[in-house]
Amino acid sequence: MAGVGIRERGALLLGRGAGEAVRRLGRGGGTALPGLVAGRLAPGLLEACASQLGHGLITVTGTNGKTTTSHLISAAARIAGLHPLHNRSGSNLERGVISTFVGEVDGTGTMPGAADRLGVIELDEAVWPRLLPSLRPRVAVFLNLFRDQLDRYGEVDSVAEGWQRALAAYPFLTTLVLNVDDPSVAALAEGNAAREVIGFGIEDVGVALDGAEHASDARFCVCGATYRYDAVYMGHVGVWRCDACGRARPTPVVSARNIRLGTDSTTFELVVGREVTEVTIPLAGLYSVYNALAAAAGAHALGLPLEATTRALAESGPAFGRQERFALDGRMVRVLLAKNPTGLNEVIRTLLALPDDATLLALLNDGIQDGQDVSWIYDADLERLAEREFRLIVSGDRADDLALRCAVAGLEPRMVERDIAFALNAAIAATPVGGRIEIIATYTAMMAIRGMLATRTGAQPYWESTE
Amino acid sequence: MTSEMPRTIRVVTLYPEVMDVYADRGNLLAVQARCRALGVGVEVIAIGLGDALPSEADLVLIGGGQDREQRRIAPDLAAKGSALRAWADSGTAMLAVCGGFQLFGNFYRTGAGEELPGVGLFDVTTVAPAPGMPRCIGDMLAQSEVPGVGELVGFENHGGRTYLGPQGQPFARVQHGFGNNGDDGTEGAVYREAIGTYLHGSVLPKNPALLDRLILAALRHRYGAEATIERSRDEYAERAHRAAAEVARRKGRPNS
Repeated sequence: MAGVGIRERGALLLGRGAGEAVRRLGRGGGTALPGLVAGRLAPGLLEACASQLGHGLITVTGTNGKTTTSHLISAAARIAGLHPLHNRSGSNLERGVISTFVGEVDGTGTMPGAADRLGVIELDEAVWPRLLPSLRPRVAVFLNLFRDQLDRYGEVDSVAEGWQRALAAYPFLTTLVLNVDDPSVAALAEGNAAREVIGFGIEDVGVALDGAEHASDARFCVCGATYRYDAVYMGHVGVWRCDACGRARPTPVVSARNIRLGTDSTTFELVVGREVTEVTIPLAGLYSVYNALAAAAGAHALGLPLEATTRALAESGPAFGRQERFALDGRMVRVLLAKNPTGLNEVIRTLLALPDDATLLALLNDGIQDGQDVSWIYDADLERLAEREFRLIVSGDRADDLALRCAVAGLEPRMVERDIAFALNAAIAATPVGGRIEIIATYTAMMAIRGMLATRTGAQPYWESTE
Repeated sequence: MTSEMPRTIRVVTLYPEVMDVYADRGNLLAVQARCRALGVGVEVIAIGLGDALPSEADLVLIGGGQDREQRRIAPDLAAKGSALRAWADSGTAMLAVCGGFQLFGNFYRTGAGEELPGVGLFDVTTVAPAPGMPRCIGDMLAQSEVPGVGELVGFENHGGRTYLGPQGQPFARVQHGFGNNGDDGTEGAVYREAIGTYLHGSVLPKNPALLDRLILAALRHRYGAEATIERSRDEYAERAHRAAAEVARRKGRPNS
């Protein structure tokens, strides 16, 4: 099909004009506005654009790791000679996805070079069911399901139900890529016997936690009994089984063995089927291993060569605002996104590997994208930081709530300051030249401070970045 | 009771492994941190499904859960009803939040018309919202009806609508937010030293007057009516309280 109908063409024109106007006015990337405008005017536009992709489309969804995983899949596709179409700015709601496509087609709705193109689309977990019929992915990656923004999603259970219902209603999706260590994700294989399922997971009990963490969301099997764990890697993710009904973690096709966690990188043996490759990724933390495995399994499902995947994992660096590093005034500054209890627990585990002389700048905002309810900070195990001597500065719109949470955990912030720019300067002043500043931030706080870091260090703003 | 003698309260947390989806464990953390500052020891007994209650408790805490979790615990909790009511009558302090509050009432009627039995400690009943009715979600600001507790702040997120029966006493009056049902301006319920509320946040860390009231009630239950606690300010708690109140005034649904 060349191009789209007249209604879609008009919508395209107006949508692109709106995005351009936002950029000219210097109001940011204008990444969502074209989609908002075009989606309103022509609901069929997304399907008309997505259907042109010669190599089809892969979706990535789940609570944590969407942006990093899709960033890695996109890198592997590029190394393999494809031209990925990727909503890389983390614009993963309906209008952001439509904007991505609007930016890639001409005025007649035709996508130039569509034959070489592969869609790599990260989707918000609640949006995934809604966009499934328009995007018609070949492969769908499901990462994990943790409590996150309960003010927006209602309850954790309803997200999994939405995935299952959509899968039942749309039989065209061929391959499911599932995290077998997360029982609520692994359960998606049930009732989908006609689909190919590729499982990924960790095969190294040496990196397991001592016990279940507080923020654990899937304690009960669908049969009603309580899961047993031989190993817990994070939250409710691990080597699980149900003694009552016999359900158990399936053996993964793609896995990581012999994991060595460093402060800034991670090394492990990547197993894909019968092939084993030693990989070092420039990202810290066990959660980064899960993202790498999800990307490797997604790339495997797409039929990309393993060589392209391992190169992408080793070479393609962090995604926007996810462990990005900046050199600022002689200090190393790293940005760690944390927007829910499990994510924050994983960041804390990563920080515990650092020497005591690091400065922590913790930012809590309560915008719609952060979660307007800040209760979740009580579900994360901040108490674990109390055994260390980090310099702590607390900032963001809800700095006072975060400071109180820290005090309850036995931590004494050096400064509580709502203004993020002011707090960043204080963090620099408190850190000796050559030292580290670790910024832990919710989504909008990350966007704000990343903008400041980009400006001060001359790094490119994200809508101009070529990855 | 001389101040040199070490004092300890026994805190019973009900189903912390199940009714914890909404960060209500912050309430236990706040009790522990405040008691540490006051020099009061805290013995914590966690009660899971099927566990027997101890013979005595000075403070009982229960949090919120999803429908699935509430359905799981309801029969077990109802079986403990007479013991919990006897504790409340003896002056045990209690804090029941959201789903826990609903199950401390007479019953919860689900969307399918099924009635989950409650403890019957508060004279309240809760009904699932009619199809299409939104959940009550947002920042809340309320004035407590309990002397000395004053202004309350927190965040609510519940589908069920709760209505006070003839014996039911509201815990607070809503200024911004929904409270029990979004209609009558009441929030939560109170019976002797037991408090039911929809406030998360977690509620105790940033409402220090409520936290101190519960700790004092627990101490009095253990050591008699003359027990006191040192009045001392918590700068962090007061600042977080003021910040949350500001947010609720700006963003919370006004209640006229």
